[in-house]
Amino acid sequence: MTHRLKASQYAILICVMLTASVGDTLLSRGMAQVGPVDLHHLGLLWHALFNPFVDFGIILLIFFFASYMTALSWADLTFVMPATAFGYVVVALLSRFWLHEHLSVYRWIGILLITSAVGFVANSPSRTEHPGLDVMDSNTGL
Amino acid sequence: MMHSSTIVRTWSCIVFVAALAISGECLIAAAMRRLGDLDRLRTGTGLRSYLGPIGAVLSSPIFLIGALCMALNFFAMLFTLSLIDLSLAAPAIGSLTYVGNAIAAKLFLHENVDRRRWLATSFLAVGVVLVSR
Repeated sequence: MTHRLKASQYAILICVMLTASVGDTLLSRGMAQVGPVDLHHLGLLWHALFNPFVDFGIILLIFFFASYMTALSWADLTFVMPATAFGYVVVALLSRFWLHEHLSVYRWIGILLITSAVGFVANSPSRTEHPGLDVMDSNTGL
Repeated sequence: MMHSSTIVRTWSCIVFVAALAISGECLIAAAMRRLGDLDRLRTGTGLRSYLGPIGAVLSSPIFLIGALCMALNFFAMLFTLSLIDLSLAAPAIGSLTYVGNAIAAKLFLHENVDRRRWLATSFLAVGVVLVSR
């Protein structure tokens, strides 16, 4: 493993961390306004598309998927994994400092563990080199 | 107390949803690795320059199978939530997915999962359970 990341690549990883968690939170808030959807009221899904929270949430989740795939094009899955898990920390901190919800000691320990996991891999090489495999892959055209 | 058949059904659902997520993420990671740095596929300027990378991703069969697994994972998750409480399903599936991803990345993607990454994976698995409580 020899790869080190550029500043723009760290920016992509920060996008992965923030867009998924904020997007999910916006979708959750929007769907709470729309109301419960079941098989007999599927029309509400169409109605949900006109909710600004749902729209902004969908846009952020599209950005998440794009930045996640971009990250996987130059980094290992096990390197990107802690970035996706950091979304849990973002949601917990948003609920504590924005929604003023109470966080239990267990959740604070969980936040500490996930943040430590990000720290373990953040400064390590991002990608495993497979010279033979990469040449073989480029010839397959996949 | 949960009946033994209920326990088997609950954990079968959890393992099935996690297995779909692991398959999807590993296939998408394999497809992205084969395509290489997406920035190098950009041609031209402005928004049009993204057509190259988008076309390359969408024409990769491995990516399409991975995306299908992720879509099936979404519907399997919805089905599971109709049977199991979110307070059990979310931490169990999240935790299993991280551990399974590390094992699958080592076995199938031949990633160098060293001691530092195993430690990070175990911290994530426990951390996700605690945060979701």
